[in-house]
Amino acid sequence: MKDSRTLTLTKEMFKRLSFRPPGETIAGDSVPMWRDVLRRLVTNKLAMSGVVFLVLLGVMAIIGPMISPHDYFTNNLDRTNEPPSADYWFGTDNLGRDLFSRLWMGARISLVVGLAAAAIDLIFGVIYGGIMGYAGGRTDEMMNKVSEILYSIPYLLVVILLLVVMEPSMWTIILALSVTGWINMSWIVRGQIKQLKNQEYVLAARSMGASGARMLFKHLIPNTLGPIIVTLTLTVPSAIFSEAFLSFLGLGVQSPAASWGTMINDSLAGWTLFPWQMMFPAALLCLTMLAFNVFGDGLRDAFDPKLKK
Amino acid sequence: MVRYWGGKLVSVIISLFVLATATFFLMKAIPGDPFTSEKAVPPEVKAKLMAFYGLDKPIWEQYLIYLKKLIHLDLGTSMKSQYQTVSSIITDSFGYSLRLGIFAIIVSVIVGVGLGVVAAMYHRKAIDGIAMVIAVLGVSIPNFVLASMTQYLFGYKLQWFQVAGLNGPFDYVLPVLALAALPIAYIARLTRSTMLEVLNAEYIKTAKAKGLKRSVTIVRHALRNGILPVVTYVGPMTANILTGSVVVERIFGIPGLGKYFVDSVSNRDYTLIMGITLFYAVILMLARLLTDLLYGLVDPRIGLRSRKGASS
Repeated sequence: MKDSRTLTLTKEMFKRLSFRPPGETIAGDSVPMWRDVLRRLVTNKLAMSGVVFLVLLGVMAIIGPMISPHDYFTNNLDRTNEPPSADYWFGTDNLGRDLFSRLWMGARISLVVGLAAAAIDLIFGVIYGGIMGYAGGRTDEMMNKVSEILYSIPYLLVVILLLVVMEPSMWTIILALSVTGWINMSWIVRGQIKQLKNQEYVLAARSMGASGARMLFKHLIPNTLGPIIVTLTLTVPSAIFSEAFLSFLGLGVQSPAASWGTMINDSLAGWTLFPWQMMFPAALLCLTMLAFNVFGDGLRDAFDPKLKK
Repeated sequence: MVRYWGGKLVSVIISLFVLATATFFLMKAIPGDPFTSEKAVPPEVKAKLMAFYGLDKPIWEQYLIYLKKLIHLDLGTSMKSQYQTVSSIITDSFGYSLRLGIFAIIVSVIVGVGLGVVAAMYHRKAIDGIAMVIAVLGVSIPNFVLASMTQYLFGYKLQWFQVAGLNGPFDYVLPVLALAALPIAYIARLTRSTMLEVLNAEYIKTAKAKGLKRSVTIVRHALRNGILPVVTYVGPMTANILTGSVVVERIFGIPGLGKYFVDSVSNRDYTLIMGITLFYAVILMLARLLTDLLYGLVDPRIGLRSRKGASS
């Protein structure tokens, strides 16, 4: 016993063990979440074809009206209701306007409305939902009540009422969509933040004295980005639908401006004779919504593969 | 329980009050009055008209009168269709919309649940793929496009159905299809994903182990839990179909409430706009209350807490 106490430790007495025992090596490098999401998204063929379509649509929305030999608003009453030809690529409408140009002007309107609605969702919804979720307690209860009451008022009615009062135009539609559009997003953010609030890293940040705003914008919101992005992608097609729907009813974008909804409505009078006037805008509208929907679904699967079935 | 439903009722009343107030003041905010467009109205006649509709009183008094009438369910007189009351327009036209809507709901639930169940039973097989393609298309094809296209194809080209009107039972096919496409897609997706979960549950394995036929297992055991989320969709579905009826009635020339709503908006018939808006709001709120009620009934596991429905 006494000997062992005075035992001196020398280097030779220690043996270096194998640092990584076989079978426990980590096969790959750790991958950041974003690259992982991107990898899953890129392998999703359906979602990628949606992206390709949307990129093409965006390009055509920019250059389409420029490459056509005719502008989108000039009436040419000698050449009304013409079928597609070398001169008028997609034919003309009942006032002799070039459908090719009008179609891509419509794409501009649809994309602007969709993106604007998404932006408003993002700003209002995330801030409102973030505050609700982070503050909790009475503030949360009050703010939630307000959003519930706003939500319970049917959105179509709000939109139509606003359009009755204001001049119908693309901007009015965007304004009307933003009255209630952000509520769903705020609830998603609220739920996510309530969940995240009790995680250890939040406690750590708080114990180090991080301020409320810092906590919200630096820690909580970035970690809810997945659901936020997915919701945004699915907001876009529903906003595009709303714009087309209202323009179809004659409450939205007014002639001579061209929206797909207006074009479909204009074509209704003569659709038995000039079906192409309806086919082009209808097909593009459906394809655009389809592309956003499959892209959104793909994003959701990419962010949370557990959900994929 | 009483507290819960009491709270629900109070929030419905608050919502309706907010909407009624907003509608009233929005209508008042419009420059001019409903008679400015009619040409050459002598000032005396106009004064009479204004007095008849109570438009000569100060705004707050008009507002109080309006609220008082609302409580007595008096929606006033249409400003454009000669001396028809708003209530009579609604009762005359709502029948068409109601029938269309109910058929659309029945079709949506049956087809949607059917598609979802079949897709879950043959998970990752061809049938599943087809069902999900239908679901994505249903979400992506706007109802007015579907209505116009089917009208062109089946009404005009193939002549299988009447192009417009609502006279025989076959006339319902195309409008109901256009209204039901989106709810079918949603319900199919909802049912499929819940059924996939349910089919892996222990009690389904027990049923299989007992030697029950597959069809019995699915219908008697799995479906009971599999269609629960469909109940939460009742509120949004009503909203979707109601919104859809506005365009579908227009395309197929059906004299339903949706058509009157659009007409009232383009005619600037303010009392009619206000009346139909409130009527729609009441229907949607009833649908939402019904959702909550049904959900408590069909799933006793769920307590009476406030829930968030899917977006409408």
